[in-house]
Amino acid sequence: MKILFNYLIFPGFLFSACVGLIAGWVDRKVTARIQWRLGPPWYQNFVDIVKLLGKETIVPEGAKLTFLLSPCLGLLSVVLVATILGKAIISPSESFIGDIIVVLYLLVIPAIALIVGASASRNPLASVGASREMKLVLGYELPFILSIIAVIVKSVGSIQIGSILNHQFNFGSHIASPSGVLAFIVAIFCMQAKLCFVPFDASEAEQEIMAGVLIEYSGLPLAIFKLTKAILLYAIPLFLVALFLGKDLSPVFITGKYIILLVIIILIKNTNPRLRIDQALKFFWGPVTLLATVAIILAIFGL
Amino acid sequence: MDIKLKALTKSIWVFHAATSPCNNCDIEVLDLLTPRYDVERFGIILVGSVRHADALLVTGVPNYKTKERLKKLYVQTPKPCVVVAIGGCACGRVMFAESYNSPCAVDEVIPVDVYIPGCPPKPEAIIAGIVKLIQKINKK
Repeated sequence: MKILFNYLIFPGFLFSACVGLIAGWVDRKVTARIQWRLGPPWYQNFVDIVKLLGKETIVPEGAKLTFLLSPCLGLLSVVLVATILGKAIISPSESFIGDIIVVLYLLVIPAIALIVGASASRNPLASVGASREMKLVLGYELPFILSIIAVIVKSVGSIQIGSILNHQFNFGSHIASPSGVLAFIVAIFCMQAKLCFVPFDASEAEQEIMAGVLIEYSGLPLAIFKLTKAILLYAIPLFLVALFLGKDLSPVFITGKYIILLVIIILIKNTNPRLRIDQALKFFWGPVTLLATVAIILAIFGL
Repeated sequence: MDIKLKALTKSIWVFHAATSPCNNCDIEVLDLLTPRYDVERFGIILVGSVRHADALLVTGVPNYKTKERLKKLYVQTPKPCVVVAIGGCACGRVMFAESYNSPCAVDEVIPVDVYIPGCPPKPEAIIAGIVKLIQKINKK
């Protein structure tokens, strides 16, 4: 019963969806203010979701069953990430050994769900988007995992979010050291790519491939994908807060740190043009991976 | 009052269907998204795929080719959706009524909910038209 409550309501689905949708509104509002516009009201993303739920769901001719299953897969896994993270932050002693690895795996599943769903929709533009998404996943996973290995090395080889938090509580945040700063910068780039935000949104480029992977989705499955995006916008910055800025996790501080990360994401999004997929891949496998490797080496030497 | 339609009026996602216009109306439509008019205040955004759309903005006079495309687009839009004809051409073909390559007007192909005349209509006129459309949906 408690597990169900945790999964569906408090750190899980309902809470993270609300926070994520409001964070999505912050994104739209700040973007609008940067462009000297007024921007939508705060409930805009909720209205969008309700509207999409009321629309007709069109399944393209010849689409496989996975077309409708993959959005649910993405949502379920990302809600699980939000639950594990929330539980680990509320009571670090209750988290289980190896949950950081579980979170890493679960964070890839939304991207895989997008790829599977786009491939099942039999649309040529969707398949272009799917292939770009696949390359992007290959690109950012390596540096992301390397930067998290740096964190693991820094907290004496512990692979449990709870004990990483405890370590930071005792010895100060990981970001307060050269290797921590490097790994944090790498993780921010990877977060931007995981969220499909602007420098790395070639898979959903609205202007060139018409929403790419999402092109055939309408109604309910599209709403589920939007919710998945919203919860990712809640879960990934929170993950980084737990890994790098975990010194003081009282509600006020954690909200402040989350908002700082959100503002960084939005500023990167609004001041950069979209990268081509080959540029993004070169960027991730070149300088970013190098940075992550340097961070690991520094972490091994205890810097 | 239906919550579905209520939510629809608060967040209209627009797909821009250009059926061989002269591009004047398209520029006026794009004006709506710029800082001066900023229709995102009302939740109106331009989407890339017709599957995400709630409203079709039709500009121009359909010719033999775009007529078929327009019909397909309307079928592909998830219902409930609305169709807005923008500009004199889309409303009533004006001077192209007798033209050799103009088989029909927009409303002979798909049902049109709102007509916004003008050549091109001012952005204010388009916003006024959308307001009338929302009032019409609310009365339903």
